[in-house]
Amino acid sequence: MKKPVLKAAAAAIIILSSTSCREESIIFPPEPNHVTDPAEKFSEIEGFYLLNEGNMGSNKSTLDRFDYSTGIYTRNIYGEANPDVPKELGDVGNDLKIYGSRLYAVINCSNKIEVMDAKTTRRIGQIEIPNCRFIQFHGKYAYVTSYAGPVEIRPDYSQKGYVAKVDTATLQVVDKCIVGYQPDELAITGGKIYVANSGGYMVPNYENTLSVIDLDSFVEEKRVEVALNLFRVRPDSKGRLWVSSRGDYYDNHSKLYCFNPKTEQIEKEFDVPVSAMDIVGDSIYIVSTSWSYQTMDNNVTNAIIDTRLMEKVCDNFITDGTEKSIKIPYGVKVNPLTKEVFVTDAGNYVNPGWLMCYSPEGIQKWKVRTGDIPAHFAFFGKPR
Amino acid sequence: MNRFLTLCVVLASAVLSVFADNDSTTTTLPDFMLVGKTRPYEEVIPAQHLDGKSLEQLNSHNVADAIRYFSGVQIKDYGGVGGVKTVDIRSMGTNHMGVFYDGIQLGNAQNGQIDLGKFSLDNIEEISLYNGQKSDIFQSAKDFGAAGTIYLRTRHPRFRDRRRYNLNLTFRTGSFGLANPSARFEYRISDRISASANMEYTYATGRYRFRYRKLFPDHTVAWDTTATRKNGDIHAFRAEAGIYGRISGGRWYAKLYYYDSEKGIPGAIVNNVWKNSQRQWDRNFFAQGSWQKTINGKWELMANAKYARDYMRYLNPDTTLMYIDNKFWQDETYVSLVAKYEILHDWDVSAAADWQWNGLDATLVNFAEPQRHTLLTSVATAWRRNGLKAQGSILGTFVFDRSSIISGTQKLGTRRKHFHEFTPAVFISWQPFEQRQFNLRAFYKKIFRMPTFNDLYYTDIGNAELKPEYVSQYNIGAVYDFFFTRSAFRTLHLSLDGYHNRITDKIIAVPKGTGQYRWMMMNIGKVRIWGLDFTASTELSLPKGITLNGRLNYTFQRAMDYSDPYDDKDAAATYRGQIAYIPKHSGSAVLGGYWWRLNLNYSFIYVGERWHNSSNIPANYEQPWYTHDLSLSYTQPISKSSLRATLEINNLLNQQYEVISNYPMPGTNFKLILQFDL
Repeated sequence: MKKPVLKAAAAAIIILSSTSCREESIIFPPEPNHVTDPAEKFSEIEGFYLLNEGNMGSNKSTLDRFDYSTGIYTRNIYGEANPDVPKELGDVGNDLKIYGSRLYAVINCSNKIEVMDAKTTRRIGQIEIPNCRFIQFHGKYAYVTSYAGPVEIRPDYSQKGYVAKVDTATLQVVDKCIVGYQPDELAITGGKIYVANSGGYMVPNYENTLSVIDLDSFVEEKRVEVALNLFRVRPDSKGRLWVSSRGDYYDNHSKLYCFNPKTEQIEKEFDVPVSAMDIVGDSIYIVSTSWSYQTMDNNVTNAIIDTRLMEKVCDNFITDGTEKSIKIPYGVKVNPLTKEVFVTDAGNYVNPGWLMCYSPEGIQKWKVRTGDIPAHFAFFGKPR
Repeated sequence: MNRFLTLCVVLASAVLSVFADNDSTTTTLPDFMLVGKTRPYEEVIPAQHLDGKSLEQLNSHNVADAIRYFSGVQIKDYGGVGGVKTVDIRSMGTNHMGVFYDGIQLGNAQNGQIDLGKFSLDNIEEISLYNGQKSDIFQSAKDFGAAGTIYLRTRHPRFRDRRRYNLNLTFRTGSFGLANPSARFEYRISDRISASANMEYTYATGRYRFRYRKLFPDHTVAWDTTATRKNGDIHAFRAEAGIYGRISGGRWYAKLYYYDSEKGIPGAIVNNVWKNSQRQWDRNFFAQGSWQKTINGKWELMANAKYARDYMRYLNPDTTLMYIDNKFWQDETYVSLVAKYEILHDWDVSAAADWQWNGLDATLVNFAEPQRHTLLTSVATAWRRNGLKAQGSILGTFVFDRSSIISGTQKLGTRRKHFHEFTPAVFISWQPFEQRQFNLRAFYKKIFRMPTFNDLYYTDIGNAELKPEYVSQYNIGAVYDFFFTRSAFRTLHLSLDGYHNRITDKIIAVPKGTGQYRWMMMNIGKVRIWGLDFTASTELSLPKGITLNGRLNYTFQRAMDYSDPYDDKDAAATYRGQIAYIPKHSGSAVLGGYWWRLNLNYSFIYVGERWHNSSNIPANYEQPWYTHDLSLSYTQPISKSSLRATLEINNLLNQQYEVISNYPMPGTNFKLILQFDL
């Protein structure tokens, strides 16, 4: 009696431990997906990189790539290109840009900007900036907004943000300019840097200003009131700035403002909510999810604003009905040459999202899985 | 820490008297028993128990560590001495678990989760786990109110040889800079009344080495890095005092509990961030009492009451992140009355009425200051004839919530919510052969959990429109107990249960950022679970006074996400994907042996592959993990006292694993325990 039972127990242990054994972790291989036919003739834009943010704490920010020449969308290319980097790309990708021959990925919760070769995505180095948010370039410098400025404790704990000036040759921060609370996007035009102060950590005392920094002296000249909780700021071809606000998520909802830097006046206010936008020529493509505490629901919209007519010219640039499958539109980018529109869907933030490619007419051409929270694009090819 | 060690050595040398039986088969029935064993099969479906010696054998520091040895249970463990540990039973989620401390439920109206890592085993005598509910009808309405329940029974005083008092001094030390002294004193006031007091202090630096590495497909090293887990320190003080009495046909007790801790939250390890600086302070106080009595053999009455106040402060001083310094205060008042009447000798009915009030206050902006009244009523009946036992119960739940709508300093109004629901449960067991302890059993239960105050009202995250989350459970199983007289085998216990759970309107909590207690609420929707629990345990008595015991558990769970039927198109689809952090296969094995004054114990835990979410793709894959633990103890009788020394080695093979992604667990670690009983 005794032995069979012991044997059974031993067998059970063996079965348990062999149902599936622990294996060594292998670096993630890229996952190529054939999404469309190779373009025989494509424009000077040869493709794009897409940065997936990944949910906070998950360390799942990943880099994807699309090539027009092959029609292949490849997920998760960073690991193979940089197999020697511990814990991969990092936690919460927040911005992506190509400048010169380099690709810069701002990784918010990893407190760094990953600098890579724009062709191979091989790592060149990193710029250490805590709680870094968005990046722009001018001359030999990169300008990066950060939430993590000096701390003030009067009467409440508060912490101003700053813009870091980074030498792109040495990847070192050479200067800092204190701005408002929790600065997000920045735009450089007419010898000035315009910074959208959000005050997102200061609920309910949000910021409502743009900081204006003189590019040469790198000193904040003034702050101009625009609206509550500013988020995005983008220049158009006429040197005007298009500024989006998030509002307070209650009565003041997200809006878009056209700001004239010369007169420092708001030329027009658009009652259009903005999650992401992209200005191409005279058109601003906008996608949006806005949460309403009144309805306790997400409101998903998209639109085009014409910067010449100063009017919303389109209430829905997707014409084939596929916009209904988009849960949380999170990123939008337009190929300036083909006018194809790329829209990302972040889904529920924890599962892999989607990327959709629409023809200029608004018909879906293809759709592919991305990483978690697909968000930021950078086209590559000949400089545009 | 060194001072504590010296103290212990001094205590050890000041040794006194005799230790009596280390024969595990002689059971001394304690004077006071609240649950389980004294009435073994009044419960239609018995619990999984860990008590006395078997609890002592396991290399467990806290209740969560011990519960890993039950089948059907998964622990969410963020690692370290102070790390949060919550229990999930049969994939239904932590919030469906009820945890009872000496018969009265531990509450957390704020997030509905009981951190079992906070409850040390120092004063715990028995842990029982019930699927569905404790299938006993003489219990409070709250006992009917969860999808699964864990009962923690603290040590109640009992005295050998007409002694007047007992004293126990324990000191634990080892890895993670652990210094953990505790003392228990029990005093017999009279034949009917006794009292006990227990105090414990835990300090640990929480530091341990961890290693991450990745290989190329050809198995050469791509990167390999070792670091030290930081900010996992804990200072915790716990004190309990109780008074226990017997009256004719009944008993009562009253107790006080106080816990005070400060700890670091080590946080997620992500690229370029190898340490975190968040801190948490907890202060928990409760006073509770229970009284029960049998009147002229037909009536049984019970009354329970409790008051609890909890304080929690969470601080994020990290200047690279959002500064957070939040404080929360919770109050809970609870009373319960239960009556059972025996209509016939094989037919009982019972009724219970519980009332509870909860309030939460916080230093959050625009905080809703919610309050909740909960009225629970239950009626139940139990019937047995020959080998057949059946029990049915209906629970009525009436919830009244009130919260403020606040904007800045202005109160805009009051939000009121009412909710009521009736939920049934049926339990049946059948012993087909009179001579054999073989039982077939089945149960059905429908229950729900209310959204917690955090789910509903947490500023910015809370969703006041949330609905309760429902679970229907179906279980069928068999249990066979063998008792042997002639063989070396004393007992063999086998049980097998298959179950199906359906969860609708599921509220899923996903870690939000680096603060462990902050979550993002998602109404994920539907989960269907098919599962199998197998347990086996045996006791052997060998020549030369050697006794052996073994336990084996195996759990299979297929927990599928049915929330989004349209998301079924590709490999990354979530539809029918295994839900987050639930392994398909898991199990444990424990082997213990006693010889002379020695006790050797080996335990093994296996948790199979899991995914971080319902999209079961390689990027979300989490490796299986398994640990081997070993402990050896020696007991030295000294006159009427005894001194016991235990050495534990945990994670023998130094496996570098994670239970939750980016929260590395400790490798091989040690613990030394010195225990002195006077």
